[in-house]
Formats: sequence, C-alpha cells, structure tokens
Amino acid sequence: MRSQDRPRLNALSLLLVVVAACAGSSLAMFGARSQEAATVTLVPRLTGTADPMAQNSIPPLDRPIVDDMRRMRNYPEQPPIIPHSIDGYQLTLNANRCLDCHKREFTEGSGAPMISVTHFQDRDGQVLADVTPRRYFCTECHVQQTDARPLVPNNFVDADDVGRKQ
Amino acid sequence: MSPSRRDILKAQAAGVAALAANISLPAAAQPVAGGVEALKIQWSKAPCRFCGTGCGVMVGVKEGRVVATHGDVLAEVNRGLNCVKGYFLSKIMYGGDRLTRPLLRKKNGAYAKDGEFTPVSWDEAFDVMAEQAKRVLKEKGPTAIGMFGSGQWTIWEGYTATKLMRAGLRSNNLDPNARHCMASAAYAFMRTFGMDEPMGCYDDFEATDAFVLWGSNMAEMHPILWTRVADRRLGNPHVKVAVLSTFTHRSSDLADIPIVFKPGTDLAILNYIANHIIATGRVNKDFVRDHTAFVRGATEIGYGLREDDPREVAARKAKDVAATEPIDFDAYAAFVKDYTLDKVSKLSGVEPGFLEQLAELYADPQRKVVSFWTMGFNQHVRGVWANQLVYNLHLLTGKISEPGNSPFSLTGQPSACGTAREVGTFAHRLPADMTVVNPKHREHAEEIWRIPHGIIPEKPGYHAVEQDRMLRDGKLNFYWIQVNNNLQASPNNTHEAYPGYRNPENFVVVSDAYPTVTAMAADLILPAAMWVEKEGAYGNAERRTHFWHQLVQAPGEARSDLWQMMEFSKRFTTDEVWPADILDANPNYRGKSLFEVLFKNGNVDRFPVSELNPDYANNEAADFGFYVQKGLFEEYASFGRGHGHDLAPFDTYHQVRGLRWPVVDGKETRWRYREGLDPYVKPGKGVEFYGNADGRAKIIAVPYEPPAEVPDAEYDFWLVTGRVLEHWHSGSMTMRVPELFKAFPGARCFMHAEDARKRGLNQGAEVRVISRRGEMRTRIETRGRNRMPEGVVFVPWFDASQLINKTTLDATDPISKQTDFKKCAVKIVPV
Repeated sequence: MRSQDRPRLNALSLLLVVVAACAGSSLAMFGARSQEAATVTLVPRLTGTADPMAQNSIPPLDRPIVDDMRRMRNYPEQPPIIPHSIDGYQLTLNANRCLDCHKREFTEGSGAPMISVTHFQDRDGQVLADVTPRRYFCTECHVQQTDARPLVPNNFVDADDVGRKQ
Repeated sequence: MSPSRRDILKAQAAGVAALAANISLPAAAQPVAGGVEALKIQWSKAPCRFCGTGCGVMVGVKEGRVVATHGDVLAEVNRGLNCVKGYFLSKIMYGGDRLTRPLLRKKNGAYAKDGEFTPVSWDEAFDVMAEQAKRVLKEKGPTAIGMFGSGQWTIWEGYTATKLMRAGLRSNNLDPNARHCMASAAYAFMRTFGMDEPMGCYDDFEATDAFVLWGSNMAEMHPILWTRVADRRLGNPHVKVAVLSTFTHRSSDLADIPIVFKPGTDLAILNYIANHIIATGRVNKDFVRDHTAFVRGATEIGYGLREDDPREVAARKAKDVAATEPIDFDAYAAFVKDYTLDKVSKLSGVEPGFLEQLAELYADPQRKVVSFWTMGFNQHVRGVWANQLVYNLHLLTGKISEPGNSPFSLTGQPSACGTAREVGTFAHRLPADMTVVNPKHREHAEEIWRIPHGIIPEKPGYHAVEQDRMLRDGKLNFYWIQVNNNLQASPNNTHEAYPGYRNPENFVVVSDAYPTVTAMAADLILPAAMWVEKEGAYGNAERRTHFWHQLVQAPGEARSDLWQMMEFSKRFTTDEVWPADILDANPNYRGKSLFEVLFKNGNVDRFPVSELNPDYANNEAADFGFYVQKGLFEEYASFGRGHGHDLAPFDTYHQVRGLRWPVVDGKETRWRYREGLDPYVKPGKGVEFYGNADGRAKIIAVPYEPPAEVPDAEYDFWLVTGRVLEHWHSGSMTMRVPELFKAFPGARCFMHAEDARKRGLNQGAEVRVISRRGEMRTRIETRGRNRMPEGVVFVPWFDASQLINKTTLDATDPISKQTDFKKCAVKIVPV
C-alpha cells in the first residue's frame, strides 16, 4: 500500500531539499543575468555545446522519483505527475495496472487517489459507470519524473500569485 | 494548543519545498482574499502549439500572463482532452532563456562571421541583414538567396514568406521543414488524386471497424487522436487495431494485430494485400471501373543522395523518377501476383497468420477500415510509393471518401497542412495546389498579388536537403530560418548542414524564441514572439483551419515572424530586386519598396484597424496601421475560393472552433469526393476525384525496392530516429518546461537486452553510436516504452547535446525529396 501523507523528512532529505533550494536560486540569478545582458549561455542539452559537432560525454541516466509524495499542481487542470515507480506496469488492450489502485472501487484498499471525476465522462460529456475508454491510457497525460534538475528556470507564475501578491 | 512536532515538521517541509520551487505560501489557506475579482481569469481559445492533431485549448490569462491552459470542451477534435504537452502549454513561453533582443556576431564593433553574439537594435539587425542580402544578390543573383520555414508558421506568416521570396526577392529557394515531415504524403496525394490532403476527417474514428497504423506511433506522437482510437476500440469489441512498425512501442499495446517487420519491407506487405484482395475476388469492381485508372511507375529511382555518392552511382536510375504510364487492371493484377504470402512473409519477417489477418481487414467488404501513417511512411526512400500503395488498397475495395473508410495521412506539425501545403511554401509550389513550373499558375498568382507578369521565377528552388548541400558548396549564401531548429533536424548534419552554416561566404539568420543549436550556429539571431504572443492561424491534418487572438505580449523586443518579414521588406526597392525590362514595361512599379508592392498593395491593407476586436492586442496592426492578418488571409483565400479550397471569411474563424475546407455556403466539408458529402462532386457522379481531369484516382504498380543503406558485418544495426511523447520535435519548447524535461531529460539508445548483453553493455552504459557519417554518444536503454527487436536501435532526436543526426544518412525519396530518417546502418561500441 502506498501512503501519500507521511511526511518523510529525515535529516538527509532535509539537507537535500536545502541544497536544491540553493541550486534553484542560483538558476534564478542565471535567468536574471541572461535577461539583462541579452547574451546566451550555453546549456548543452538546449543549445548544443560550443562546438555542436564535437563529441561530449553523456551524464548517467537520471533516476526516477519514487518517493510517493504528492506534488502541488501548477494549476488545477494540470494532470498530477506519477510519484512512484511504474516499471513493468502493463497498460495494454488486456490490462491496466494503474487502475488496480486508482479505480474508485480499489482506492480504499490501496490508499491511492481516485481517478478524477472527469475521467468518467465520455466524448459527449455523459458520465459513465466507470472510467471512459478515452481516458484508458493514463500515461498520455500522467508522467513520471526523474531527479534531473531543470536546465534553465521557468518563469511561469502561479495564478494565485499574479496580481494578488505581486 | 501548542503545535505538535508533526505539525512543525509539516510546516517546515512545505516551506522548504516552496522555497525550492520559488513560490511563496500563505501561512494558512484564506477565503477569497482580495474578493472574487482577484480570482478571475480571462479565457480565450487557441489551437495547441504542438502537433498536427490540432487540439483546441482554452488559455487562461491574468494580468498579461498565461497562468493556465486546459482542453477546450467545445473543440470537436479533442472535446476537453489534452495530452501531457498540451496541459503544460502555459509554461512554454516562460523559459528563463527567452531571446529578447537581436544578437549579431560582432568583432570590433562590426559584423564578423567569427565574432561574438552581441545585442543590437532591430535597425542595426535589419541594416546588416539587408546589406548581406544585397551583396549576395549583386554577386550571384536571387538563386543564392534562400529561406527555410516551417509547418509551425501561422498561415499568414507562410503566405508572407512565399510572397516576399517569390514575388519580392524572386527566389524559389523557399522550403519548409515540412519537407522532412510529409512531403512524401503531399506528392502522393497529387499523384493519386490530383489534389492535396486527406479526403476524410477525424469523424472517421467513431465510424470505423478497424484501424491500421503503418509506421505511426500515435500513442506517443498524436496522443489525443489515440484517445479517440482507444475510445472506439475499447468501447466496441468488434473493432480491430493493427499496428505495423519496425519495433514494438506504446501503440502496439492496443493492437489486436501487432506486426514488427524488417525495415523497408512495408512496400512488399502492401503489394501482398493488394494481391490478396484480387486473389480472393474481393475487388470492388464497380468502383474500380468507374472511379480509378491504373498506372505503372518508373522503377529503380535511386536514393536522392549527392550525385557522386557511391550508393547513388551504383543505383541504376530511371531517367524520370516520377514517370508513370497507363496500364490496365490485368497488368496490375499480374504485377502484384508475385507478392505471395510465403514470399512476403520471408522478406518481411512477419508471421503469415498476422499478414493474412491484416489483409482481411482491407479485403472483407463488411468491415470499414481507416489507415493511418506518419513518419514511418513519409520518411522513407520510397515514401511516395508507400503512400500510393496504401491508396491502392482503399481504391481496390472502394473503401474511401465515406464515414469510417479512410486512408488518413497524419501530420506532425500544427500547420503542416494549413501553412506548408495549402499556402504552398515548398520550393515548387504556389497557393491552392498550384506550382511555379506552370505558366498559367504563375500568371494567376501574379494577378492576385498585383505584380507585373514575369516576376515569379519558373524554376523550382532548392528543397531542404539541397539547401544544406548548396550552403556547404557556397551556392546558397543568404539564408533565413524561421520557426524551426534545422541544424538539429538535418540528416548527416556534421557533413552537410553545419559546414554550410559556418561557411564564411554565407550569412545565416535564425528567428527563434529560444537559443537553439541552429540559432547558435547562425550569424544573426532575431528574437521571435511565439504562439499566443501574436494573432495566428493553423491548419491541422483534417483540413481544419483555426484561429487565435494575441493574448499576451512577447518579452523584451521579441517580434512575430510576420512583423520581421514585413519590416525587412521595407529595406528593398523594386529597382534593386526586379529586372529592368519588367520595370521598363511597368514604370509605375519603379522606386517602390517591396513593402509597398507586396503589402500596401491596396488589397492586403484594405482592412482598417477599426475592424480589430478591441478585447485583444494586435502588435502588427498597431505597427503597420492596418489589420495585417485579415488582409493577408483574405488575399490568400482568393486563390482557393471556387476551386475546391474554399475558406470561410476571416472573422468567422475567430468565432468557431475551426472549419474543415472546402467551406461552401458557410458549411464545412467532412468527406471529399463523394456526392452528398462534398458540394464539388457533380450530381449523378456518386464519387468523383475531381482533382484529376478524368475524375479518376490512380492505382499504381510499383515494386519493393531495398533501402539506401542496410546493416552489414561492421555497421550491424538498423538505426531508427524519432520522437517521444513528452518532447515535441527538437525540444526547444518542451525541454524548458520542468515537468516535461524531468519526465524525459535526455536522449538514449533503446536496444534489445540480448544485443546489449552480447556487447557487454549494461542498462545505462555510455556508448558511441557510429555510422559512416559521424558519431554521437548516448546511454543504453534496454527497458521502457520502446521494445526493440534484435538488430534495431531507436534514438530520439530532441536532445541538443546528443545530435543523432550526425549519424543519419541524407538519402531522400527521389520523388518527394523527403529524408529517410528511419533506415541507416550504425555500429554501437562502449565508450
């Protein structure tokens, strides 16, 4: 059973979060600097390397985040990300492993969030008795995350912060 | 009550997390702080910025910023759904490294090819650009000027480009990145039906009994169309899904008939199915007699490589690769008779049982069938043939142009149809399916454009791959790239593309919103406004034209591609770019700027700014003093109205969720070529393929021919390149959205576990992917979404630090000139 509510903050992870916060602020500075000078900083995965045709070594594959912690959505309509492993999950014509936990009837046992009410509506907006086939392939919208750190900051501002807190 | 340790921990955790995410949290949730006004979001419609599906989205704006997006429930395409990319549209414009000022390579205060990018004013940028263009024009003439555009241009941007290049600067060296994407489809439509674009529409999804995917991974590349396929298949057990690919992927997960075939052998499978239909007596004889004509195509047509490439030299080549000659049904039947079940099963490596089941989906007269294809067919050295061979199956059985029976070519870009094809931004095309080689077409275009006869050059320009080659060879010297990342997308880019960009004779300009590989290899970067930062129009894969308003302002000095082209046109006079004899004969055109003759021509500028919707900004109208987009659209629409390409009035499109052309008497057309459904079919005809003078569609006899390069003892893998769900094209937008980036942060090489084991490679090992052209480094993935057969690897191309196109082969379909990105030979060695 997966738990979503346990605050798992031991000393090590707190340290990691603080490190991430510092990294975040240095990225923000990079953003501000690049705006001011209007020149471009090389970020190989976005801009290529200084010589784009040169061979460069590739960092190891990033690890999937499987901490089971819910993440805040950027806006209510955003499909929540998947905070757990989906390795080997069958999502086929014959089986949907995701629904084994997230289907309405199974949530009490699994502790997983129930699929959204919108997922019961067919193409004409009619509510069905169970999940609509058009929503069957969960991974079209819900994706896992890795521990990769964003390459550049994103200056998207939460609707809640626009005009009210600024 | 004192807070418990748990409460403190929770508050701390939330606070630290909020700090990390750069947001502030209230101490506690508050009820409606600031009143209901503070909660209001202004919602407007727009099409999605990504693929050719053309989903409608609602875009929420607050205080001049996009704060949310969601699927538009009123949009027929997606009815409220979006894929993961669509749901994150709100973040694509806010990457921290948006380009906000023009950047010119300078040294000691002046432009220098080896200089550093330096911020300059728009005036200086255009001055240097015009100076360079005029230098090239003077030295070599218009054939040394070129532009590379995009299926992501808005309709009026593509239209402006074609006017500026062909009518203004007199060069046909204009091609869109759509050349890499669906040129094969476009040529096959013209060769089969005499008219471009699908006859059916997405309504076919809910009406059919079978879906066949030929080289299309819709589950990742057209996710919302896939939700409609899944809805139909899972909701109706009699429906069957067949998925054909060179490896197993997410679309295969829904397949009743999953088929993995050897690369290139799809041609043989298609001919086998035709043979099966004929041999089992299931030809729709009435349909074939009344509505089709049989032809045989030229064979042994080469591989579109450089003339001196050994593979091209070795290929025995037909003189005219596009030639066809009439044959009859019996000759055609005899031709496909060779493609027996046994032979094709051995060639393709597919179980005979699967091939028979697949053939029956087409042959069974009781079953309606929709065929889909995208890059598996189009990026194919015999892509035009592959497209035509699938039309054969639908024509032999009459399963076409009616609900549920539809050969359906899908597109990869949001306006591949609307802009690249309908506007005609290909090197040989004009609007509404006309071409530059036809004198009548040129004359008609010159009349609509109100320019003297003889201005539009008659020789087709360089296509995409040829542009790369000519840049390298120093024959194309002034090059402007808009809305695409061509250096990352170009095949064999180490040898064919990059040297051209850095060739000292060449001046390369890139307009983009972000610094891409292509921008960084340019000499001048122009910051572009994107998506809802400008008023726009796209045309999706089902002929649906849809519009959006400008909803927010672009950052800094970024300007739309439309503004950039129109402003640039002011820097040239007719005397500088048009031939003296034409000006002598038409003296009233003397001394005019290109802006005046192309845009202030009494037609484009006829709608005043008072016609703008006052609720929305329109920077171009404000700058130029007239409703630019409306004028361009109405002039463009006059090409197609009354000729089967009818578009509705401009203002209508701002009201509706798109309309599928031809729009006749205010009504859209969902299925073309069938009486009762298409107003252009003459009464009593039943079915009429009116794009061809005889009203008949062509069934073509062409054989299986092998790919340009096949694996051997040294280069022992097939390399397939492509995309992943989370990233769109080269990733220039999606890699800057943290959630999409973190979902798939870098390219990797998908490989069969047994292949990896044999080479001593573990999951995640660093390897070199090496071809005869070049190499790139990446990491091995033996798990995950793509399950490779032995001997085949897949590498996506979105990662700028892992340019897989260093290894790909610049072989093209010789008819469509579209690159085959799905078949070349590589070896893989540990680092």
